[in-house]
Amino acid sequence: MSSVPAISVEQLGKRYLLGHQARPDTLRDSLAEGARGLLRRWLRGAAREEREEFWALRDVSFDVARGEVVGIIGRNGAGKSTLLKVLSRITEPTSGRAVIRGRVASLLEVGTGFHPELSGRENIFLNGAILGMTRAEIAGKFDEIVAFAEIERFLDTPVKHYSSGMYVRLAFAVAAHLEPEILIVDEVLAVGDAAFQKKCLGKMDAVARHEGRTILFVSHNEAAVAAMCGRVALLESGRLVAFGGVADVLQRYRSSWQEALALRIATPWLAWAGLLNRSELEARRGGEDMEFRFRLRGGTRSLADVEIDCALVNERGEMVVHSRSRHLAQTHRIPANAAVDVVYRVRQPNLAPGNYSLTVYVRDREQELLWVDDIPACRVLPTSALFPEVPYLGDARGATLPAFTLRLESAPEAAAS
Amino acid sequence: MPPVETPAELILEAGRESRHYWRDLWRYRELLGFLAWRDIKVRYKQTTLGVAWALLQPLVTMGIFSFVFGVLAGMGRNDPTYPLVVMAGVLPWQLFAATLNGASGSLVANSHLVSKVYFPRLIVPLSAFGVALVDFSVVLALYAAMAAWFGAWPGIRILLLPGFVACALLIALGAGLWLTALTVKYRDFRYIVPFMLQVGLFLSPIGFRTDVLPNWRDLLALNPMTGVIDAFRWCLLGAPEEFYWRGFATSMGVGLTLFVTGLWYFRRTERSFADVI
Repeated sequence: MSSVPAISVEQLGKRYLLGHQARPDTLRDSLAEGARGLLRRWLRGAAREEREEFWALRDVSFDVARGEVVGIIGRNGAGKSTLLKVLSRITEPTSGRAVIRGRVASLLEVGTGFHPELSGRENIFLNGAILGMTRAEIAGKFDEIVAFAEIERFLDTPVKHYSSGMYVRLAFAVAAHLEPEILIVDEVLAVGDAAFQKKCLGKMDAVARHEGRTILFVSHNEAAVAAMCGRVALLESGRLVAFGGVADVLQRYRSSWQEALALRIATPWLAWAGLLNRSELEARRGGEDMEFRFRLRGGTRSLADVEIDCALVNERGEMVVHSRSRHLAQTHRIPANAAVDVVYRVRQPNLAPGNYSLTVYVRDREQELLWVDDIPACRVLPTSALFPEVPYLGDARGATLPAFTLRLESAPEAAAS
Repeated sequence: MPPVETPAELILEAGRESRHYWRDLWRYRELLGFLAWRDIKVRYKQTTLGVAWALLQPLVTMGIFSFVFGVLAGMGRNDPTYPLVVMAGVLPWQLFAATLNGASGSLVANSHLVSKVYFPRLIVPLSAFGVALVDFSVVLALYAAMAAWFGAWPGIRILLLPGFVACALLIALGAGLWLTALTVKYRDFRYIVPFMLQVGLFLSPIGFRTDVLPNWRDLLALNPMTGVIDAFRWCLLGAPEEFYWRGFATSMGVGLTLFVTGLWYFRRTERSFADVI
């Protein structure tokens, strides 16, 4: 109804100070550090204490209207979690401000405060209270929560005896019954089985639509963002680089992978000249062979005994494939002042759906020549030639999705003694 | 949701004093209750000795101190109820030690909550009262049994006991606030607590009465627990002893200073707990 936004963020910034060494953890270290600092200052004049600044968030501004569902996306370390922590009042901003109008509940983790020694029943009350519900409220929704979690039989068992699935279901069930006006959710939906995830998303979505709840939602899961959110905010290195319609921002997010390339080692003897078949790799299906063609340009001297490493890294920063020319017992020559195209072909890497970057590392016998990280390489669709029956595989959470079989065999009865 | 009307606007800004801190503290009182209840539950669930454990320590302390001060030092020569005198000192000391212990380790023990959920952080050290008070009531029952045995029932003064219990809690909380906030930043502060408690055990008049040392009485009162222990004896022993006002006032002065500065330091550092814990 009202035009006043539920959340207004104005030039929000959060700075962390990184000590040069690790932060002194004990008083003794701290005193010793202080004494050393004094000594240094005496010896070298007033050299300022060198502490590295790190802005996890910088000049972020946006508004969220009442009843709107906004997704926040960005690569690891882009500042998504910091933003949620500031908006949840867990940590204070360094600059700028945020205004929140309405009751907030935040869900940065599933099962915060669960105690393994306590029973499911006791943990429902404890966790509910931690999330901001009153005892009366929890009692009122208790049966609903238990039914939602499907743990009736184990209600009085300590949760340390729960399977991880039951544990997560119970934790979700409590969270799903929160009724704040503004809900802030971190990537908690990344855990839990797919069916239950869907149930939770459905519940959140229904509430947002029918009860006008404002939701701020961080996810790596593009499908979930596309399904739930009206608008999406894209963060990069602590800055808000895009805020708008889902399709546009997701597109921008994907293309941000293309600008991300990081030169870790650069020498005059070898230069990176680009991935040549990027467009072919834009929408691949799992189960296919993959071929990456990239160009290297030699410098003023020719190189012999060159070894090349290629690796594929997923969005979580995990190296999924690491191939070394050394494993093929090969070395290569790169002539001076010439370009070579490297053709790196992987037989059925069976990558799980998602975006992948390529890492290329080159050395000769004496030294390292080139190391390039984060080369945007390919996007694997949530379908696979290996699983033709299933149209959507986005719920696989492994790093790879290889072909497999599963069958049951009748177990031979144990021989009677 | 919280029963009280929520503020229409919540403004998050650097260095901004949370205007509604004390009101928030009140709104989160149920969480305080739940945290205390969790600690009590877990404490009595995990230990096989359970209640016996809560009794063992004060009993042993009482036994040793009665022997050392009452028998060896001869202070209990004319007083067959000397163990009761000692127990009346162990009682508040035990309460103080348990509260201080719980409160000073509380933030680090609950770091997973501090870094994931907002609530007034003061709730965490306050919740240490729960276990301490349950243990206290167990020891109080032990005291009652002993009093029945010795036939030394407290008089009407016992009605003031809750007030002195509050004094002990206040002092322990003051020290606990200092220590828990410092422990977040400097982890080695947790080693100070057992040391402090050990020193305190000997500096506090647990095994002896302060009125037998008139020259030292005012100096001893600088230890805030001295005043509380004296007051407990005055309450419980029913002896015609005068209430020693000067000592009590000194102790409470020190105790209040500790509490006020502890609260000040805690509130000052509270905002950065989530960043450093």
